[in-house]
Amino acid sequence: MKYIDEYRDAKLVKDIARQIEAAVDPARSYHFMEFCGGHTYAISRYGLEDLLPSNVQMIHGPGCPICVLPIGRIDAAIELAIRPEITLCTYGDLMRVPCSNGLSLLKARSAGADIRMVYSTLDSLSIAEAEPNRQVVFFAIGFETTTPPTALALRFAIAKDLANFSIFSNHVLTPAAIKTILENSDVHPLGPIKIDGLLGPAHVSTVIGTQPFEVLAEEFNKPIVVAGFEPLDVIYSILMLVRQVNDGVHKVENQYIRAVTTLGNEKAKCEIANVFELRESFEWRGLGAIPHSALGLRSKYAKYDAEKRFEMVTPAAQDNPACECGAILRGIKKPSDCKLFGKVCTPDSPMGSCMVSSEGACAAHWIYGRFRRQGKADESWRTVA
Amino acid sequence: MCLALPVQVMELLPDNMAKVGLDGIFKVISIALVEDVTPGDYLVLHVGYALAKIDTEEAQRTLALIREATLGGAA
Repeated sequence: MKYIDEYRDAKLVKDIARQIEAAVDPARSYHFMEFCGGHTYAISRYGLEDLLPSNVQMIHGPGCPICVLPIGRIDAAIELAIRPEITLCTYGDLMRVPCSNGLSLLKARSAGADIRMVYSTLDSLSIAEAEPNRQVVFFAIGFETTTPPTALALRFAIAKDLANFSIFSNHVLTPAAIKTILENSDVHPLGPIKIDGLLGPAHVSTVIGTQPFEVLAEEFNKPIVVAGFEPLDVIYSILMLVRQVNDGVHKVENQYIRAVTTLGNEKAKCEIANVFELRESFEWRGLGAIPHSALGLRSKYAKYDAEKRFEMVTPAAQDNPACECGAILRGIKKPSDCKLFGKVCTPDSPMGSCMVSSEGACAAHWIYGRFRRQGKADESWRTVA
Repeated sequence: MCLALPVQVMELLPDNMAKVGLDGIFKVISIALVEDVTPGDYLVLHVGYALAKIDTEEAQRTLALIREATLGGAA
């Protein structure tokens, strides 16, 4: 497959791993956070951690939109979906996230709520068009990648005069979350975390470009490499981070230059700006309330804003007290540190959000990482020609 | 959900839509977010929308750079 297979060349990946081994200073350690769940997935699926020297540690960050959504928002969506006139549409990953009272969107659907899984906002528009007697609400979630499609859906709904379509916006912003993690890395109540650099998000950056990360690299003295999601992209980006750390520099580099530019996709950014405005504050699972970290519909689109149209309230909801998703999302704990992991919490019956999406740290570790050898990684690859 | 894939444009359709293909699988997607799309272009596809064009020259240059790095060459 074009532009996929070339970046999965196992020999090249191993060759780059050798370059990392040659480049690292054995007298120091390197801690790199991959913000995106896509990177977490690639690192687990391709066993990249086993190719890294023991003093290079990857920290799984909070870049899975399902994982960071507080369950109160899903509780609110279920409250809405059980109203007889409502059809709630959303992406498949959200369906199984456990929320209050043992419920999930999937269980609410089994109990009779009209909840439909869609691939695209275009599908939810088609439903609204085909069923004018239903109130169709799109449960919008995601970082900057899924935000332009939601913005366009609203524009299409207005153009088609679809009075029965509205949006429950849960779109969140990557730079705000990265800033919060870096600001609190030494002082957070859950414990300190050492971060020497970051793998920046790939597809988020196709929209916002690399520029928003420059101020973060500068303010916190951390190198950031925007990295593609294929294994060769990831391992080469780690080499780029190691080189920056060794050289004592902290700049933004773009490894995913085949799809990402400095300024990103101006058209997509324009669509976002036309439809959305910053929320004063938004609650993130594991990170708490972060100012200016999420987007709500502009007030001129109030009639398409499900929160206003249906007077939705977000109930205060408690996570399972034994679930370590909060600490895992901040990189303080690993999935295997959670006592629920692999016992009562698996992808088939997740207890916490990190076990739901394949990009979640727990799900990625369960599917690909749990069979890794304990202790020292298999060194046999180093002798392969 | 965050999955995005490179797909090739097969045919432009009305209303900023396009038929795209990936390894023999075809799908109709929106290209409303991307400028100047022509058949043969590669796009990053995410939740039914193209988010960016793939710069094929940069894709080759990245691979060349990585291969060079394995020789202990330039960063």
